[in-house]
Amino acid sequence: MAKLELRNLNKTYTPRVVPLKELSLNVENGEFLTLLGPSGCGKSTTLRLIAGLEQPTRGEVRIGDRNVTHQPPGQRNIAMVFQSYALYPHMTVYENIASGLKLRRMASAEIQQRIGEVSQFLGLGELMQRKPGQLSGGQRQRVALARALVRRPDVFLLDEPLSNLDALLREQVRAELKQIFAAQPTPVVYVTHDQTEAMTLSTRVAVLNDGFLQQLDSPKRIYVRPANRFVASFIGSPQMNLLHLKCEGGFAQLGRCKLPLPSQVTVPPEVIFGIRPEHVRLVRPEDQQVLQGRVVLVENLGMSDLLTVQVEGTQGTLLRALLPPDQSWSGKQISLALPPEALHWFDVQTGDRLPDALP
Amino acid sequence: MNTTLRDQERRTGWWLLTPALLLLLLVYAYPIARSFGLSLVTQNLGTELQPVFAGLDNYSRMALDGRFWQTIGNTVFFTVVSVILELLLGLGIALVLNQAFPSRGAVRTIALLPWALPTALIATTWTWIFNDQFGVWNDILLRLGLIQTGVNWLGDPNWAMWTVIAADVWKTTPFIAILLLAGLQSIPPDLYEAHALDGATRWQSFYRITLPLLLPQILIAGLFRFAQAFGVFDLVQVMTGGGPGGATETVSLYIYATIMRYLDFGYGAALVVVTFVILSLAVALATWGLARLRAVRAIGEPR
Ligand SMILES: Nc1ncnc2c1ncn2[C@@H]1O[C@H](COP(=O)(O)OP(=O)(O)O)[C@@H](O)[C@H]1O
Ligand SMILES: [Mg+2]
Repeated sequence: MAKLELRNLNKTYTPRVVPLKELSLNVENGEFLTLLGPSGCGKSTTLRLIAGLEQPTRGEVRIGDRNVTHQPPGQRNIAMVFQSYALYPHMTVYENIASGLKLRRMASAEIQQRIGEVSQFLGLGELMQRKPGQLSGGQRQRVALARALVRRPDVFLLDEPLSNLDALLREQVRAELKQIFAAQPTPVVYVTHDQTEAMTLSTRVAVLNDGFLQQLDSPKRIYVRPANRFVASFIGSPQMNLLHLKCEGGFAQLGRCKLPLPSQVTVPPEVIFGIRPEHVRLVRPEDQQVLQGRVVLVENLGMSDLLTVQVEGTQGTLLRALLPPDQSWSGKQISLALPPEALHWFDVQTGDRLPDALP
Repeated sequence: MNTTLRDQERRTGWWLLTPALLLLLLVYAYPIARSFGLSLVTQNLGTELQPVFAGLDNYSRMALDGRFWQTIGNTVFFTVVSVILELLLGLGIALVLNQAFPSRGAVRTIALLPWALPTALIATTWTWIFNDQFGVWNDILLRLGLIQTGVNWLGDPNWAMWTVIAADVWKTTPFIAILLLAGLQSIPPDLYEAHALDGATRWQSFYRITLPLLLPQILIAGLFRFAQAFGVFDLVQVMTGGGPGGATETVSLYIYATIMRYLDFGYGAALVVVTFVILSLAVALATWGLARLRAVRAIGEPR
C-alpha cells in the first residue's frame, strides 16, 4: 500500500505515433482512479507504462517513495487484470492463482491459506481444478481478479476488465468490483472507455484524449462541470447539446431566446453553448425565457423520451431534450425551458470552459 | 418415399468418399497386403525366382540375421540423434525468429531454403564438405589446430554416421524451426506479460509458458521427423552407400539391397513387414500420447 505517482509521462513510438504526450497524476492509497477516454487515446499505454511492460520515452513512475521507472514488471509489486484475462491455458485455476505467489517463493501453507480466502471471497471453490478453457466468461473474469487480489500488491491495474462480458453480467460484476475494491487500502487504476463504469466505480476520473489529460476530478464534478468541450461531449448519454451561438451584450442568442452568459470580464463575439438533454424541460408558467421549437423525432428510451427539436428562428439548429414520460406535450410544437444553472459555456477557439460563478 | 434426407446425405457421402477410398486401397492397402503375402514365401535365386511357401521361415531367419539387427541399430541411432538435435536446434532458431528484428520476413524465408533443396544435391555437397583431402571441414579443423592431418570422416566407421546426421540436421532443422515458430506465434503475448508481472524471469516463462504450450507442436514435429528419419534412404545412399563396412547401413538400404541386388524377394518383404510394424507401433504410441495430452489439457481459447 503506497501511493502511485506519474510524473510527466510521455510515450513516443514513432514521431507520428505518440499515444501519451504528457501525463502527471497521483493516485492515493485506497483511491480508485479511472482512466477514461475514447479508443486509442492512450489508456492502455499508460497502464502498461505503470506496469513496466513498456518503458516511457520521458517521465517517471513512482510507487511510494520508490522510483520504479526502470524496474522490470516483476519487481514493482503490481498486479494487473488484462482485458483478455491472460489466464494460463495449461494451468488449473488453482495454479493460475498461485503462479505469482510461487514465483515469489512463498511458503505453500501461506499460498493455500491466501488462495482459500480469495476463492471463498469470489466463490471459486468448485472451479479450482478446472482449466480456463472449461470456464464461462464470467468465471474467467473472476479467476483473473483472484490472481490479482491474492498477490496483495502495492497497486492494482485493470484494463477494461468488463468489456468481454455480456451486458447483464457486466452490471453485476461492476457492482462486485465496487465492493471488492472499496474494502482495499491499495491504489487502483482502472481503464475503460465506458463512462458508466467510470462514473459508478471511481473516486476520481481522469479523462484522456489525444495523449493529454483533459480533466481529473470526481465523477460528479466531471458531469456537472466538464472542463472543456471534449469532456462535455464525451461524458453523458445521450450526448450534451453543444451549439455554436452568437453573443450580444451579455447574452447568447438561440432562436428567439436570450441566454444570459456568465458574468465575466469580456463577452466574446461567439461561444459554444452546452446543455444536457436531461436538463432541458417543458416550460412552466414562471419561466421568462421560452424556447419554441418543432419536434422532428421522438425516441422512446423506456424510462424517458428523447426528443429532437428544431429550434424556431434558426436555420435548422437541433436541440435534444430528454423528457420523463409524465411530462407530456401535444402536437408538433413544443415550448421548452433551459434552466440557467444547467448551462455550460465553452471558448470557441480553445474549447475550454468559460469561468463561471459556480463553485 | 421412405428415404429421409439423412439417408440421402449418407449415400451421397459414400459416393463422394469412394474415389479416395479406392485410391487408398490401391496405393496403401494393396502393397502392404502383397508384402505380407510375399513375406510368407521363399522367392529368390535359390528357388529360381519361383515362390515356394515357407511359412514363417523368413521371420526366424531374420532373428538370427546379424546384419538385420545392425541396420536396425543404425537406423534407431540415426533417428534418435538426428531428431533430438533437430528439435533442439529448431526450437532455438524458432525462438530467435520469433523476436522482432528488421527484415525478419526475409530471414524466415531464407531459413527455410535448405528444406527446399533436393536431398541428393545436399548429400553430394556434404560429401565434399567431409572429403578427407579437399573438404572444408578438415580445412577448418586443421587451421584451428584441432587435428594434425585430415580425417577420412566418411571412411571411418566411428565418424561416418555422424556425417550423415550432420547433413540431415542441416537439411531438416529449418523445417522444424518453421513448424515450432508457428506454434510460438499462436501463444498470446499477454500470457508472457501476465507472467512477468507475476514475477517470472525469462527463463521461468520459457519453462512454464513456452514449453508446455509448445509441447503439441514439438510432439507433432518429432513424430513427423521420426517417421521420415526411420525410412532414410537417399541421403545415406548418396553419401556413404551404407559403408564403411555397414556402419551407416539403415534398414531401408538393407531392404533395397536384399530385393534389388540379391533378388531375395521373400526375405525382403519380411524385412518390409517388420519395419512397417515397428514404425506403425511408434506412430500409434505417439499419436495416442498426443491425444491424451490434448484431452488432459482441454485447451480452450481464453475468450
Ligand atoms: N507497440 C506499439 N507500437 C506502435 N504503436 C502503438 C503500440 N502500442 C500502442 N500503439 C498506438 O498507441 C495508440 C494508443 O493505444 P492504446 O493505449 O492501446 O489505446 P487505448 O486508449 O484504446 O487503450 C494507438 O493508436 C496504438 O495504435
Ligand atoms: Mg486499450
